Amino acid sequence: MLDKLWNTLNTLSSKKPLKYTLYLSAIAVFIGIILVPPIIGILTKTGSVQNIFNEPALMDAALGAIANSFIIGLIVSALDLLAGVPLAWFIARGKSRWLTVLDTLADLPFVVPTAALGYSLLLFWSSSGGISDLFGSTLVSPGWLLVMILHFTFSFPVVVRVVVGSLLDYKMEYERASRTLGAPPLTAARTVTFPIIKPSLIAAFTLAFARSLSETGATFIVAAGVFLNGPVFIQTMRNEFNSGAISEATFEGATVFASIILITVSLAIFALIRLFGQKFKLPFGHGLPLFEKKLSYRKAELTRNTIAIVVFLAIILTPSVFVALPAFQAIATGPTLIEVATGTGIWASYWQSLTLSYILGAIVTVLGIALGLPMAILITRKTFGKWLSALLDTLINIPIIVPSIALGISLKFFWQGVVTGIPEFLLLVFAHLSITYPYFVRSMSAAMERINLEMEEASRTLGAKPFMVFRSIVWPLTKYSILSGAIIVFTRSVSETGATLAVANQLQTAPVLIVNWVNSVRGAGAVIEGVNALNVGLACGLLILFSFIILLVLRVLTRKGKT
Amino acid sequence: MPDVRVVNLTKKYGKVYALDNVSLTIHDQEYFSLLGPSGCGKTTLLRLIAGLIEPDGGEIYIGDRRVDDDPPEDRDIGFVFQTFALFPHMTAWSNVLYGPKVKNFDAKQAETIGHEVLELVKLNERLSAYPSELSGGMMQRIAVARALAAGAKTLLLDEPLGQLDAKVRNEIRYEIRRMAKDLKLTAIHVTHDQAEAMSISDRIAVMKKGRIVQIGTPQELYMNPNSLFVAFFIGESNFLEGYIAKTEGKLAELELRQGLKIKAINERSIKQEERVVLAIRPETCEMKLGRIPSENSLIGQIDKITFEGTVIRYEVRLDNGDRFVINRPSLTEAWVKTGEPVTITFPVEKAHLFPYPEAGLAEEIRV
Repeated sequence: MLDKLWNTLNTLSSKKPLKYTLYLSAIAVFIGIILVPPIIGILTKTGSVQNIFNEPALMDAALGAIANSFIIGLIVSALDLLAGVPLAWFIARGKSRWLTVLDTLADLPFVVPTAALGYSLLLFWSSSGGISDLFGSTLVSPGWLLVMILHFTFSFPVVVRVVVGSLLDYKMEYERASRTLGAPPLTAARTVTFPIIKPSLIAAFTLAFARSLSETGATFIVAAGVFLNGPVFIQTMRNEFNSGAISEATFEGATVFASIILITVSLAIFALIRLFGQKFKLPFGHGLPLFEKKLSYRKAELTRNTIAIVVFLAIILTPSVFVALPAFQAIATGPTLIEVATGTGIWASYWQSLTLSYILGAIVTVLGIALGLPMAILITRKTFGKWLSALLDTLINIPIIVPSIALGISLKFFWQGVVTGIPEFLLLVFAHLSITYPYFVRSMSAAMERINLEMEEASRTLGAKPFMVFRSIVWPLTKYSILSGAIIVFTRSVSETGATLAVANQLQTAPVLIVNWVNSVRGAGAVIEGVNALNVGLACGLLILFSFIILLVLRVLTRKGKT
Repeated sequence: MPDVRVVNLTKKYGKVYALDNVSLTIHDQEYFSLLGPSGCGKTTLLRLIAGLIEPDGGEIYIGDRRVDDDPPEDRDIGFVFQTFALFPHMTAWSNVLYGPKVKNFDAKQAETIGHEVLELVKLNERLSAYPSELSGGMMQRIAVARALAAGAKTLLLDEPLGQLDAKVRNEIRYEIRRMAKDLKLTAIHVTHDQAEAMSISDRIAVMKKGRIVQIGTPQELYMNPNSLFVAFFIGESNFLEGYIAKTEGKLAELELRQGLKIKAINERSIKQEERVVLAIRPETCEMKLGRIPSENSLIGQIDKITFEGTVIRYEVRLDNGDRFVINRPSLTEAWVKTGEPVTITFPVEKAHLFPYPEAGLAEEIRV
């Protein structure tokens, strides 16, 4: 039966019209569902921006909030590079067995749903029971500093991952050549290694910046009504509209205004980074600074690595998992664990939300693979020519760099205009697909670039039809990358808050539930009976545990792929 | 100008000895080659001298200075990599000037040196091009120029011609030697190509499985190999197996397969009835048409003929079943046809007698 299916697919794959239909469908879906709807959605509501011009105080608040987004994004991304590169260097070049553990731990903030992360950081830095106890007063109050620490924390793994990858791919011969010419290790790194991996450093900075701009749920938790950035402003407007504090016209005007500025300025900044980033040169300097020689060897290296690890442990990891403390406390009190397991009381909605998150994640992942695979092939194999491939390669990045809440709002405007009464679940699927699709395509494209084209060509000269080439050559060589890409898509979807808040009123995913529970405990939102600090801690702790399991599975599977 | 000395140098990877207790002295201004098959440890030895890897035991001296604890940038060496390792983000000119810049040379001085070394390597064009825009031969010259411009007195070359096509390789190999001699450098050249090593080296160290098998001038290695491996690896040799039937002072009478008797010089004083292998180079032999038995003659018939340009290669099936190869000049001698009977003779002093190796002949000469 299976053989018949493969044979049929084989035969069909060699028919050009069918092949091209598949690829054109992939492009059509990308344009029709992912790229164009948010653009049109925002454009159709541009007229509502007029409403905000009548409210100068609100407009000032919007502009201030947006400015905060960009300032924090730029500062945090730079700090992430500063802190992340030494750790990445240590992981990539170190020789200890424990580095695999460090490497895995460095990813943890990436897979933890940001809402849980936000609450954990809030507990660690701001509440009694956290590090503040050591100082007798709140060490970091909810506000801009805590927002910066939060953004620094969840963007950090992105930087480490990208830089580790580029260092592992980097040919060490260049550095060795530099040292045989008289350069000590630090000079070799500054003059040879960093210029060569500069595209990766720029990509890391860009991704960290995009992630910071996009973050909503956790920022909402730690900003606590005392600090506004773009996404928090939009969410605040939504809450005020829902509570009747502002009119629909004001809500639409404010959100569209903020979204347009966020999107436009983001695109401009990314375009500038792309244009001028490559031109930025680290100074070569005249001759050999003595201090670089002193900083190159054992003692200095040890100090550098120690600082990198301490920063990671003290500022990134410990605060990220601090929520485990109330989680254990909740477990220790007995009844709570039983209530959790049986889904009693508030835990019923917790499991419902988690189930919704995971179902949504699964659907989005399957769709992402089905739609993303042909797109990745199109881009890497330049099926329709070099120019279209380059264009698609650029357009794919747009959903990554648009703040997710702005994307969600635009999508909602579009689809509600096109399909009256469109189900919220479908809106969620579209929103999550838009946000996660580029991650899969990027991951799959990178894997396909690593396959020597001659292998596929050899397969074809031996009589294999396109589907057979994919099944026998491409699939075996990329299946672990496909799996990694799928897991990244899944965890990103499960973690997504901003777009979810924008498109869904009734449905509540796990991150949204966490945000609502935290607001209930802190009196910053509707009070939910039965929700207390311990329960919130346990809910976050469970989310982190599930995320960690997924991360371990990813590690095991991708390590299998390397052997 | 320094000589380079390694004493009891060892390098292990897990349980495998990449280098096993190697000692060697390379004299000042000598052009020295490390020759051997892949995996013999020659590149490991070169990288240890350069400081790119650390030894597990032994000492390394450059000049009078012990350097095994020194990093590469403090050893005053120039290194030419097999893959050239030109910095892809710098132009050819910037690559050449990298060493002087890093060593804090005066800008004008650096520029002068840059032009001088480029003159030496005969490359003054395409200097503003990036490595990806250059041909293999140009990249190779830039790589050598870069190593020379840093001002080092010891030049280490790791299969510098490996990436080039045959014609370019033949041209550049002599130029590299000439440059090293003009600049009075001590050069250590790693290669697996024996023709390359023989044509440009003052002395060669033949290596096998992490050890040095023989060191000598190209002539010494060719004329007086000290082992079956060297006899096999350098040039070409016929190997005839047999026993020592009788010893007569420095001479020994050998009994080969099927009772064929010949004489050879017994340099290693191998005892009577010991199993032996006689190595005879094809080009040291004479060949006559017909069966003309005489002392130290090998009779057989032509099995296969290969025309190789200046020589004709005859593969002969001897009467005792052994195979024998002999090369004869193609232009000055009459050609012989397949199947014709021939008699081969060789000077006793040009053949080398070795004890039969414990592990077997095939294992001994395996690369």
